[in-house]
Amino acid sequence: MALTFTPAPAVLAPPDQAVLEIDELSVGFGPKGRERRVVENLSLTVRPGQVVALVGESGSGKSTTAHAALGLLPAGGRIVGGRITLGGHDVTNADDKAFRQHRGPLVGLVPQDPMVALNPTLRIGEQVAEAVRRRGVPKRSVAVEVSEVLERAGVDNPTVKARQYPHELSGGQRQRVLIAIALAGHPRLLVADEPTSALDATVQRRILDHLDRLVADSGTSLLLITHDLGIAVDRADHLVVMSEGRIVEQGRPAEIVAAPQHEYTQRLLDAAPGLGRIRRPAPVPPVDDVVLRFDGVSKEFTSRSGFGSRSRARVLDDVTLDVHRGRTLALVGESGSGKTTALRIAMGLERPTSGRVLFDGVDVASSDRRELRALRRRFQFVHQNPFAALDPKFSVRDLVAEPLESFRVGDRSSRTVAVTKLLDQVALPASYLGRRAAELSGGQRQRVAIARALALEPELLLLDEPVSALDVSVQAQILDLLVDLQSELGLTYVLVSHDLAVVAEVSHQLAVLDGGRIVESGPTQQVFDHPEHALTRALLAAVPGLKTEVGA
Amino acid sequence: MVQYTVRRVAQAIAVLWAAYTVTFVVLYALPSDPVSILLNQAGGTGRPSADQVAKIQAAYGFDDPIVVQYWHHLVDAFQLDFGQSVSRGQSVTSLLAENLPPTIALTAMALVLTTVIGGGLAFLATYVGWRPLRSFLHRLPAVGVSFPTFWVGLLLIQLFSFSLGWFPATGSSGVSSLVLPALTMSLPTSGILAQVLIRGLDDTLDQAHIATARAKGLSRFTIHTKHALKNASLPALTILGVLVGATVTNAVVAETVFSRLGIGRLAQQAVLAQDIPLVQGIVVLAAGVFVVVNLVVDLIYPLLDPRVLQHSSSRSLAPVEVAA
Repeated sequence: MALTFTPAPAVLAPPDQAVLEIDELSVGFGPKGRERRVVENLSLTVRPGQVVALVGESGSGKSTTAHAALGLLPAGGRIVGGRITLGGHDVTNADDKAFRQHRGPLVGLVPQDPMVALNPTLRIGEQVAEAVRRRGVPKRSVAVEVSEVLERAGVDNPTVKARQYPHELSGGQRQRVLIAIALAGHPRLLVADEPTSALDATVQRRILDHLDRLVADSGTSLLLITHDLGIAVDRADHLVVMSEGRIVEQGRPAEIVAAPQHEYTQRLLDAAPGLGRIRRPAPVPPVDDVVLRFDGVSKEFTSRSGFGSRSRARVLDDVTLDVHRGRTLALVGESGSGKTTALRIAMGLERPTSGRVLFDGVDVASSDRRELRALRRRFQFVHQNPFAALDPKFSVRDLVAEPLESFRVGDRSSRTVAVTKLLDQVALPASYLGRRAAELSGGQRQRVAIARALALEPELLLLDEPVSALDVSVQAQILDLLVDLQSELGLTYVLVSHDLAVVAEVSHQLAVLDGGRIVESGPTQQVFDHPEHALTRALLAAVPGLKTEVGA
Repeated sequence: MVQYTVRRVAQAIAVLWAAYTVTFVVLYALPSDPVSILLNQAGGTGRPSADQVAKIQAAYGFDDPIVVQYWHHLVDAFQLDFGQSVSRGQSVTSLLAENLPPTIALTAMALVLTTVIGGGLAFLATYVGWRPLRSFLHRLPAVGVSFPTFWVGLLLIQLFSFSLGWFPATGSSGVSSLVLPALTMSLPTSGILAQVLIRGLDDTLDQAHIATARAKGLSRFTIHTKHALKNASLPALTILGVLVGATVTNAVVAETVFSRLGIGRLAQQAVLAQDIPLVQGIVVLAAGVFVVVNLVVDLIYPLLDPRVLQHSSSRSLAPVEVAA
């Protein structure tokens, strides 16, 4: 990096004075006197140059703590006790106007979801410039500073990107823009609220590394909020574990991993994929029974642009794969590698441009609607996002019974019996029959989605990132469930994932996709032990926690 | 951009043609006897002779098959010729041209008032911090929407003309005669606009990118104007288009209550007189206004939100990006 960076002017304060000091903080939501406490008696200190990680599941109050430190509590949220000191200033009861003085120069935010955290109607450059101008930079040097800070944040072609709109950038690039915005104010403290959980594993890794380096170079402190213990352990100087609004444990990461004092920390450790164990069923004796076969499948999309000129994009390129009965095949790759398209073709939702997909010897692609409908009884799909995949107004009973009704299986009462049995299989009590999807948590919804997929007793389940929308500890439960169901019912899985940690635990066979081509495939263990392709190695390196495991 | 524009213009022409055709079918092809209406209009009494009927039928082309009549009218309409007004004995086109300027002035004034009142109310309702005032302002637009236009008009005349004497109660001369009818027209529309804009601002202010803007240390006013208003104005712009498009309808009431010249009053008289060519001319004009306004709105859209263009072009590739 040739460009020089002027660090935040060292404010005249004792060098080891805390940048952020939270003292017995309590935050409540709801009417005065009857508020629901989301954070209780929380104390936490971030010193200059320190990286502090705040770890907990969703709902543990970690994001609320971060927002309180920025004075950005959502409507209805109030500090009901304790004190927050930012760089020596007491900001506990500061109003928005007073707080505004500190946002930018003292504290910056790297928000959670880069896809929604930029204003879609303003150019990137302008959104960064706002933060630059905030420092009183003269008008003529704003543009230069904008591209400087974009470059420092790792945005390639900063002058071009500055003229673009957010929707023209990838998620990773957008997150870098957001980091640039936060850095542009030269803050002494960066609060990063789950900065990468919406991104692919490899992108996640690159961005976190970059953030680490920036923080180290400029002497900025970092408060890293995450649900992923692996990420926290890899990067923090100090680890704070939160549950239900309280701190359950804090200390040096290595010590906590080696000897967790609290039972909750232990649970988080067990759940963390990279730090955990392998749960896939023992390798079954080799079988030659191929359930699903991709035979030289290619897929091209044509898009029209401008005056009828056509551009072609090859999303899948000559993919050949066998999926054996009772086994799990994992398709791994980054966004845009074609893994979801492969799944859609297997479902008969898209037709391949060339090649065939054979399900139990029948060509899915050339089947007509009626044949396809008959086939669909035998393979089912589990969607990535359980929040979007279930109609929130439907009851659990209706959601699970829907495929049975659609294929006219049994009558009303026998269907209810079947649904109860299915719920039992996915470890949900029968009392959930009447609940609406909107009342369920993410993990519970995914269980319902799996129960629905199992309703027609299929042989094959196509799983599209089945746990990526869930918290780490819930992920572990769902993966356990999938593995149990597989050995109980002899199911075959095709699992699409960008997360090798997930894949490692449940899959027997592995295929790595890059730009629509299979670059590496084989038994999971073998690929893990001897990765041959550069992308596979990058994906492996991106698994959080693996680093610590090797070091410990 | 070029493709987007061409497609929107083509759509506009198609809508206009459809509007013309539907009016034609309704007015001409329904079982009624245009000849006797014409003769009644002409002041004829008693039963017309067969000879008279035949002459009129030939003159107006009523003896041609309906498809041929439609074709002739369509070709004429393309040349802005909507035939002769039956009740006024003047060409429809010249009648429209005469009555258009006062209505345009009235509409423009009403549009300005709607934007100022509705937009200002929405801005205040979402900007003020004091809760009671905030919820009062949030509910105010519903009041504006609920009052019937004619009643508001009469009330304004009572207050500002008869009691205070500030503005004339009737007439179409001078700017001062515009104020009361424009205000009458704009109260319900600014209520609707304010409702949509308040909703849009509240939604936008809840979005994640607003938190990013606040974390930069921007002032509330900057965030409100630069970050929220532009994004929230998209649905409001659509509504504004619909409101302006419905001008002819709104003008009927305002121009009648305030005895002004204009298209609205002309429409009312044409309907009462069963002046079919004139009614058709006005309907096509109204449809034309609607289509043009919506075309303008569609063309402004991509300037406010750059994503509009993207959604309408490379559609086939987009789902893959999203799904993966």
